[in-house]
Amino acid sequence: MWKWLHPYAKAERAYQLCNTLLPYFAVIAVLGILVGWVWGLAFAPADYQQKDSYRIIFIHVPSAIWSMGAYSSMAIAGLVALVWQIRNAQLAVIAIAPVGAAMTVIALLTGAAWGKPMWGAWWVWDARLTSELILLFLYLGVISLYHAFEDKRAGGKAASILALVGVVNLPIIHFSVEWWNTLHQGATITKFDTSAIDSSMFWPLMINILGFAGFLGAVTLIRLKTEILKSEQHRPWVKALAGGK
Amino acid sequence: MQFESLSEFFAMGGYAFYVWLSFGSCALIIIALVVSSIQEKRKLLQQVSAQSAREQRIEKAKLAKQQESQS
Amino acid sequence: MIAQNHSYWRVWASVYKKDVRLAFRQRSDIINPLLFFLIVITLFPLGIGPEPNLLARMAPGIIWVAALLATMLGLDKMFRDDYLDGTLEQLMLSPFPLSLSVSAKVAAHWTVTGLPMVILAPLFALLMNLQSQALSAMMLTLLIGTPLLSLIGAIGAGLTVGLQKGGVLLSLLVLPLYIPVLIFATSAIDTASMSLAYGGQLAILGAFLAVAIVLAPIAVSSALKVSIN
Repeated sequence: MWKWLHPYAKAERAYQLCNTLLPYFAVIAVLGILVGWVWGLAFAPADYQQKDSYRIIFIHVPSAIWSMGAYSSMAIAGLVALVWQIRNAQLAVIAIAPVGAAMTVIALLTGAAWGKPMWGAWWVWDARLTSELILLFLYLGVISLYHAFEDKRAGGKAASILALVGVVNLPIIHFSVEWWNTLHQGATITKFDTSAIDSSMFWPLMINILGFAGFLGAVTLIRLKTEILKSEQHRPWVKALAGGK
Repeated sequence: MQFESLSEFFAMGGYAFYVWLSFGSCALIIIALVVSSIQEKRKLLQQVSAQSAREQRIEKAKLAKQQESQS
Repeated sequence: MIAQNHSYWRVWASVYKKDVRLAFRQRSDIINPLLFFLIVITLFPLGIGPEPNLLARMAPGIIWVAALLATMLGLDKMFRDDYLDGTLEQLMLSPFPLSLSVSAKVAAHWTVTGLPMVILAPLFALLMNLQSQALSAMMLTLLIGTPLLSLIGAIGAGLTVGLQKGGVLLSLLVLPLYIPVLIFATSAIDTASMSLAYGGQLAILGAFLAVAIVLAPIAVSSALKVSIN
């Protein structure tokens, strides 16, 4: 497996790999989000309790799932970068962070917009909302730490370390917030039973989750390409690429 | 189709503001991220090509100067 | 083997002693965080009103948030001076693991900022009208919690040591990681003020501390290695 993987540690090969993968992710993203949104907004039946406001679920849940998915992939990339000293993995950390942060912002905004009609307030200190907010802080920490470094190589390493520290802390933060929440919150929040979701709502949700995954992958690949080019900008192959366009 | 008419679709059963707010902001963020990512790459490539063009010009000028002094 | 263990201990002790002595020579490093702690606590009653019941209800949170902020003050300096004058580089070149001297430096930081807070805590508790049964809980949570703050904060300090303006960034990096400590510490004090058993929260804090003592020095030393070289 090492023999097969090793060429991808080279920047140019990794760049080519990004190019081959990008169309697939882009197609999944565009189709998934388009179909998912139209199905979710127009064709899925209204919820008997929440009426049409529940339709926010079709973007809230995917973005919340992938905000965490992006963080764990970022941490895995950080681990690879630190253990095997692979430069491309560092670049991947930097490429994922803004996309994950955007996912987190979407999850927070849609959560607030859903909370207003359901709970009567834009923001409640619900356990999931609170940990999502903290997740955003962790993302912003990684991004601003990287940009604070003059030497981008050291910045990448520092960001990888921070991503790893964050991923160790994230479950602890999540469970302590959940515990804190059950301690303080009364029964004001109506819990939605998500396990009993009807198939007419389940499929558009699934398609949206897939579409958001494609989006996450596609934008990460674009950003990774930019990062690879940036770190290799004095190499002949990058100059050839820039000259050809 | 769940809705009888287009106006009913936009009304979202009275939840129009919240539903369209979240979908709108989501679309805005997605588009902004894609556009900025692509633009960043384009700008970088332009920078690199401008840099290499400059280097070539310098090289050419040096060469011309050398020939001038030789002749 | 025994000789080596002995010298490990001596390295640890000499780094620790050096840092503590330096702090005592320059007393403002010890006094300023404490004054800051006191002033923040004074501001809260002025902001929310002097009603004793309200203050007592909010006391655990206010005292702990003030403690978090006061700890942040000294963090920036934890490795900065040693980084600038090259001591850190020498520690890295020494045959002893960097995490050893890091843990000594963290311990020194705690002795200088955390320990005085624990000692002065009863005074602050009086200001906030905290119930007397919650007093021991507050002392205990501060005793277990402040070393945790120093350990977690050291990771952020290590990451930002090479940066010109690390101060604000440091708080962005470190404060989210402090949240679990804040939650369990304040909840222990809350529970104690209702005269209930708060051993569970203390045990969880202790578990955090045990994990942090093992893992944080490793993370800090790898962060420092990034900033140097």
